[in-house]
Amino acid sequence: MEAMYLAIPLAPLFGAIVAGLFGKKIGRAGAHWVTILGVAVAFLLSLVVANDVMFHGNTFNGTVYTWAVIADIRFEVGFMLDNLSTMMMLVVTFVSLMVHVYTIGYMSEDPGYQRFFSYISLFTFSMLMLVMSNNFIQLFFGWEAVGLVSYLLIGFWFKKETAIYANMKAFLVNRVGDFGFLLGIAAILMHFGTLDYVETFASLKNFAGGDIEVFAGWKWDAVTVIAILLFIGAMGKSAQVPLHVWLPDSMEGPTPISALIHAATMVTAGIFMVARMSPIFEMSDTALNLILIIGATTAFFMGLIGIVQNDIKKVVAYSTLSQLGYMTVALGASAYSAGVFHLMTHAFFKALLFLAAGSVIIAMHHEQDIRKMGGLKKYMPITYWTSLIGSLALIGFPGFSGFFSKDLIIEAVHESHLWAAGYAYTLVLLGVFVTAFYSFRMFFLVFHGKERFDAHGHDDHGHHDDEHHGHGGTPHESPWVVTIPLIMLAIPSVLAGYLLDPMVVGEFFHDAIFVNDKAHGFDPALQGLLSAHPGIEEISAAYHGVLGFVLHGLMAPPFWLAMAGLGAAWFIYLKDDALARWAYDKFRWLHTLLDQKYYVDSFNQKVFANGSVSLGNVLWSIGERLMIDGFIVNGAAKAVGWFSGVARQVQTGYLYHYAFSMVVGILLMLTWFLFF
Amino acid sequence: MIPLSHFLIVAALLFAISVAGMFLNRKNVLILLMCIEMMLLSVNLNFVAFSHYLGDMAGQVFVFFILTVAAAEAAIGLAILVVLFRNRRTINVEQLDSMKG
Amino acid sequence: MIFEQIIFYLFSAVLVTAAVGMVTVRNPVYAALCLILSFFTSAALWLLLEAEFLGIVLVLVYVGAVMVLFLFVIMMLDLNIDPLKEGFAKYAPVGFLVAGVIAVEMIMVLRSAPFQIATPRAPAPENNTEALGAILYTNYVYPFEIAAVILVVAIIAAIVLTLRRRPDSRKQDISEQVQVKREDRVRLVKMKSETKEQA
Repeated sequence: MEAMYLAIPLAPLFGAIVAGLFGKKIGRAGAHWVTILGVAVAFLLSLVVANDVMFHGNTFNGTVYTWAVIADIRFEVGFMLDNLSTMMMLVVTFVSLMVHVYTIGYMSEDPGYQRFFSYISLFTFSMLMLVMSNNFIQLFFGWEAVGLVSYLLIGFWFKKETAIYANMKAFLVNRVGDFGFLLGIAAILMHFGTLDYVETFASLKNFAGGDIEVFAGWKWDAVTVIAILLFIGAMGKSAQVPLHVWLPDSMEGPTPISALIHAATMVTAGIFMVARMSPIFEMSDTALNLILIIGATTAFFMGLIGIVQNDIKKVVAYSTLSQLGYMTVALGASAYSAGVFHLMTHAFFKALLFLAAGSVIIAMHHEQDIRKMGGLKKYMPITYWTSLIGSLALIGFPGFSGFFSKDLIIEAVHESHLWAAGYAYTLVLLGVFVTAFYSFRMFFLVFHGKERFDAHGHDDHGHHDDEHHGHGGTPHESPWVVTIPLIMLAIPSVLAGYLLDPMVVGEFFHDAIFVNDKAHGFDPALQGLLSAHPGIEEISAAYHGVLGFVLHGLMAPPFWLAMAGLGAAWFIYLKDDALARWAYDKFRWLHTLLDQKYYVDSFNQKVFANGSVSLGNVLWSIGERLMIDGFIVNGAAKAVGWFSGVARQVQTGYLYHYAFSMVVGILLMLTWFLFF
Repeated sequence: MIPLSHFLIVAALLFAISVAGMFLNRKNVLILLMCIEMMLLSVNLNFVAFSHYLGDMAGQVFVFFILTVAAAEAAIGLAILVVLFRNRRTINVEQLDSMKG
Repeated sequence: MIFEQIIFYLFSAVLVTAAVGMVTVRNPVYAALCLILSFFTSAALWLLLEAEFLGIVLVLVYVGAVMVLFLFVIMMLDLNIDPLKEGFAKYAPVGFLVAGVIAVEMIMVLRSAPFQIATPRAPAPENNTEALGAILYTNYVYPFEIAAVILVVAIIAAIVLTLRRRPDSRKQDISEQVQVKREDRVRLVKMKSETKEQA
């Protein structure tokens, strides 16, 4: 079995290496075959493992390779396969496989074809290493590796200046998060002396008290500090406010990447990590409150920005941010399983939406402005219907996957006893309206209404059935390599919600996720220190089957808010835009605020970027040139030179002078011994 | 019997005279070398005197080695002097200033 | 005992006088001779201290070898003495002052208690040479061998320093003669045979 576990990450790695190093030799077809084969092998093996783990209970936690041992700290490569990680493996490999297939169509004309396949296979490998890990070092390896591939892929078109800017930005912003993450890992090592998950969690239960002095004289509970530091890592990777700024810009990368990395998998690594570390987070109410606030803020305010975006991919990107916020809120409310569940459903429908957007972009000859689209429904039926499914899933229309996961989160927040829960509940509820509004604004603008794209293509309508169409053609449906993944992703986008019953309400995650609820209490000693978190427990108690959940959903406020958003979008963008113009005139400042993304980018640019530059200038002119170059380096040389200049006066070269000095020295020594 | 200090005082005088000689004959390398020989002689006199009065043969062994090294030193010093004179046609220390910094 | 004291003071006076003479005479030859005299008198003082072997060695090695070498060098070098004596009077006060201070200080040291030994602590060994040899070839055998090496080095160094090649001197180099090859001496030249008419 261990060989099989090992084969799962190594198969994509093999594909990546072959496609990356021998891309020229094996050609374009060779590159996509070898990588697709690698990912397909990983997916099939994941299925086998998932079957084994989920239905036969053969979980695995062991080390396959010891990398280094320093004193009693072990750096290992190991796997922890339980329901949580196998579910992640399935999602990652499935979406990755779909994206690989889709890429054949999307990138068909790109000169960097082999390189691209190599990168996404490498990404699959890194992500698998991340989710399968059983220790923090490997987690960190995977964490950084996916960050690296993300960097490479955002800047895939490295001749495009904005792309280079965007990948640098993503890299730098992620550094901030990773710094916190690394500190968190270091703090765990310091306090628990181990990097292994299970050992850490085991010692956590007996770990009472313990402070970390964050600043001099300001002691914090160690677990709170660890949890917050780890969460800062998650904030960077999962693009939570205020470290969200890189994700919209990452849309500079090719669309398959936006789907795979910046929507479905990598950005959810933070969510996964927090769920994995649930025993740590459960120990700290402070950290959970922080998570609630950050998540709710992201969920609502990032959704608002989505309303004013005109780039089709940017809209989807802000919706991703908003949905990540929902997941984070779920984590904060101790409803880890709901968060992970939403992670899974979101992976499917958001990948679907991105790939559909990509399909539209192909059809529009890489035009991404939704104001220049419209009426695409009749040209691209498959894309239209799959997008509709994706959008309905996203807004949480009853019966679609997003409905189950999102409702669950909202319910969980409602049940939470933490003080930040009220704030979070309000925002996530409002977020539902916003989500529906921007989703269908985009949907209507793209697929319905007047055809606003360049009209001259209509003259030669019907000549563009081949894939290699010229410019200015009429949009038409994408080739099968694009549409097949859309359909394949549309299926789980609808159906994944029905896994609610076994996955969330049942005992599915009970081995992997720890919730400090009444059923799984801590040691009695610790019970007094911490409040119990209801998590999913109370929802489970009120749960009466999927159908009941759907029916209940029809009467709950989220559904009506979503419908209101949908209706508003329909009215404004299809029927009459007078309301929009009125609102635009009336709330111009609001529009500007949203258009400028709350000025976070400008703030970062002004304060952090310019600040670093001027700090660098100061350090350069004073620290480097004056102190190091001037004082230490040249100063040392000058001092030696000066001293030598003085000393050389003594070196007359006359022997008798030297003899005299010796004699005088003897005299002085004699005098010294005699009189002192 | 002559006390130890008498011998030591003779040696001290000898040493002081050779120091004075180095000052007086500062230009003549030959005389400088001779002064050094005389300094070594005064030291040897000390050693022999101590050896005798303390009843320790080690002092005389030391003198033996000093004589050896002094002979070697004189041989090499004179050889250098000969080479020097051959090259510069002088042994005037004042003109030997190529070492000046 | 009075005899020993007479001997000591007499020889000490000669020694100091010879030393003063050495540093003050103008001619280096005289200086060397003064130094020889001081070596002799020192040897006598050493005999008084029952260091017979060293006394004899001092005369044999120093007077017999080193000082002869000095004299030889002085006479071999064609010295112009006058410039070497310049500034003699100028530096005399300083020299005597420094020397005087050193002498006074040393004597002050020597007046202290540890140096006030009137008689030897232990009687001198019967045979000085034998005693010295016994200790030299046992306890000090390694320093002794190092001293031998130092002397060899000194010999080689002196020879190497003073050896010079005179390109104008004619001498026989036997190894060169032995190593000579046919090619160095015989040269074969190809040429047409002469015809009768030419001859």
